[in-house]
Amino acid sequence: MDLSRLEINRRTALLTSAAIAANVINPMRAFAQETPRKGGVFNVHYGAEQRQLNPSIQASTGVYIIGGKIQENLVDLDAQGQPVGVLAESWEATPDGKTVTFKLRKGITWHDGKPFTSEDVAFTAMNMWKKILNYGSTLQLFLTSVDTPDPQTAIFRYERPMPLNLLLRALPDLGYVSAKHLYESGDIRQNPTNLAPVGTGPFKFVKYERGQYIIADRNPDYWRPNAPYLDRIVWKVITDRAAAAAQMEAGELHYSPFSGLTISDMARLGKDKRFIVSTKGNEGNARTNTIEFNFRRKELSDIRVRRAIAHAINVPFFIENFLGDFAKLGTGPIPSTSTDFYPGPNTPQYPYDKAKAIALLDEAGFKASGGNRFALKLLPAPWGEDISLWSTFIQQSLGEVGIQVDIVRNDGGGFLKQVYDDHAFDLATGWHQYRNDPAVSTTVWYRSGQPKGAPWTNQWGWEDKTVDATIDNAATEVDPVKRKALYADFVKEVNTELPVWMPIEQIFVTVITAKARNHSNTPRWGSASWHDLWLSA
Amino acid sequence: MRILSLAGRRLAASIPTLFLILIGVFLLLQLAPGDTVDALMAQMGGGDAATAEALRKFYGLDLSVPAQLGNYLWHLVRLDLGFSSIYGKPVATVILERLPPTILLMTASLSFAFFFGLVFGVIASRGVNRWPDTLISTLGLIFYATPSFWFGLMAIVVFSVYLQWLPPGGFEDIGTVQTGIWRVLDIAAHLVLPTLTLGLIFLAIYLRIMRASMLEVLNLDFVRTARAKGLDETHVITRHVLRNALLPMVTLIGLQAGTMLGGSVVVESVFSLPGLGRLAYESVVQRDLNTLLGIVFVSALLVIAVNFVVDLLYARLDPRIAAEG
Repeated sequence: MDLSRLEINRRTALLTSAAIAANVINPMRAFAQETPRKGGVFNVHYGAEQRQLNPSIQASTGVYIIGGKIQENLVDLDAQGQPVGVLAESWEATPDGKTVTFKLRKGITWHDGKPFTSEDVAFTAMNMWKKILNYGSTLQLFLTSVDTPDPQTAIFRYERPMPLNLLLRALPDLGYVSAKHLYESGDIRQNPTNLAPVGTGPFKFVKYERGQYIIADRNPDYWRPNAPYLDRIVWKVITDRAAAAAQMEAGELHYSPFSGLTISDMARLGKDKRFIVSTKGNEGNARTNTIEFNFRRKELSDIRVRRAIAHAINVPFFIENFLGDFAKLGTGPIPSTSTDFYPGPNTPQYPYDKAKAIALLDEAGFKASGGNRFALKLLPAPWGEDISLWSTFIQQSLGEVGIQVDIVRNDGGGFLKQVYDDHAFDLATGWHQYRNDPAVSTTVWYRSGQPKGAPWTNQWGWEDKTVDATIDNAATEVDPVKRKALYADFVKEVNTELPVWMPIEQIFVTVITAKARNHSNTPRWGSASWHDLWLSA
Repeated sequence: MRILSLAGRRLAASIPTLFLILIGVFLLLQLAPGDTVDALMAQMGGGDAATAEALRKFYGLDLSVPAQLGNYLWHLVRLDLGFSSIYGKPVATVILERLPPTILLMTASLSFAFFFGLVFGVIASRGVNRWPDTLISTLGLIFYATPSFWFGLMAIVVFSVYLQWLPPGGFEDIGTVQTGIWRVLDIAAHLVLPTLTLGLIFLAIYLRIMRASMLEVLNLDFVRTARAKGLDETHVITRHVLRNALLPMVTLIGLQAGTMLGGSVVVESVFSLPGLGRLAYESVVQRDLNTLLGIVFVSALLVIAVNFVVDLLYARLDPRIAAEG
């Protein structure tokens, strides 16, 4: 391998990514002086249709990209990633962390004209967030009641302390409010409103033609002054990524969110002046690529083998040559974008070292006979191009140290069933989604006692009492400083034991027309309400 | 009357086949790992075990496999196709919504392929081994060998991105509400590229079959007789040769009507058309058993109907077939 060439590549890659970042920031500064223009239709790429559109009962980007413009959350994140009130104006928690009081904004109405009150918040929290919403049901497990002393006050009462900073960082995703008067009778899952959502947001639902498009129009009675600017948003269902790129170029689409195009098309459009291609505005949707080890295989239950596997894979090489500017070296389950919890890179790491990998495998007693030590079955998740490339890279890297890897591909349902329910894997690889606080969807990857079949949880056959205790303490720790320290311990512990390895950090990539203004200005912009988005002439 | 009794006999013969197909598909899908709740979890990005259990109950997956199959068949004999888990609507409604674009695309591209296949086949056979034949056969081979997704994408790049003549995808324009003749023209403009993409592959097959079959018939005795009695060449070709050479083409159209329903997944995805092919693909990925079985059922009915029409056409083209049948 020509190392000098790689060195230059790495430098150019760094320079280009710096250039891209500068490009993204500068035009926005320059345009800040422009007067916002009212009107216009914003066309959005919608890659995978969901079964329903209500973000109060389903937490996923595929729902927020539509429902997040129609319905609103109590709290969202501002440009600095700090919680900012939307439907809630202010909040406070009692020192014991068992009571959180939200003061709600006055004079807000639902799209059907009925007033928005604390009754709606109480109903949604108790019946949707606590009972139906994925991740919400875990977050609100110890929520006992929501009191509504007056229409502008909602008091959340918890059986165990709820850290305020956890709640405020989870609520942007898990705190969308639905109208009580539309949901109080009948089965919530079957309610027709789920496919024709009614909210308080800047855009009103107009029409959903399955398999084709969704339309929402400007809400003239929106509570923020002068907002929104756009007349209409149209989401176009386009399942083929290459076709979506062609539609961007033909001017039929303005925005493709969440890495919706192929890696090569994103790189190509990035050079085109008509588009902005950037990870900005997606910092709140960080993910890491994983290698999940099944401890039921005796070879993998040996820590030396897990470490050897990590040492055998040249991650920087893979990122540089396959993922380019859209990914960086990961250091564990908490990504570096999470400024409130990131413990820094000084936790146990496993840099590429083939000799060390071979030595560890020999030491563990798995000698190579005829070049082969043992064979493993690798199940890659079907979510993205990067996972497919990464699984082939794992296969070839491990082949070089005498571990034969057979790749078994499945579709989404099949992958989840085989890995998290049947445990029919040796190695699995996919994404771990980080949702702004490790307690939301990260620690479940490591906490023991997860029920069989729960996807993206610890199904490895691995249990560690110390790690369990750290996780439990951090989840109820009210002091933010102590909480951060506990999560730093957690990362150290799991990076030492390595039940799951998370060596690559990625942020979703946005492709958007250069005419858009006020875009990508919050860490979860794809999911945000777009009340200030406008299109220049 | 004869037609009706023939239709009745055909239908009776296909009912057992239909049931066998449905049971087969049902069991085959049980072998695929994961159910619709796993697929939903994949889409949602996760959820706890209690949610999964509530959802399994909601979709009726807590029953045993034979009970589910029994339920399905019992509903089917009462002509109820069940409830779609992805769409939350009756399967019949979902399929009915998707049927018009599918049938429109299918008939348009089949007619295109049939008509031009016939014309080019005749031209090629008239100039066999000379330049028109070589040109047509080579082009046909190129169309046949090119993958349809690539063809579609290139068509979008050329006609929508660079020339901006035609829309790059979708079934109709969403920006403006159109009615009457303008809506028809708008839909037609949206269907030009998909029709060509889907039709070109079939065109290649049709023109080769037509060419071969023309050449075969041209060498038969009755053609020599026709020429001997002094008929001009145009007459010989249109009245005597073409009619006999059409039989294999009609057979092929009957066979392909079925594959075209499912075979357009790629074209529907590239041009984002709301057709049955994409619906079937989605139902497999989402493990939406009812919808998938519904599509199989409707497709099977369609194939039976098309084959019936083809049989009638045979009799019309070649009276000997009807006499023997």
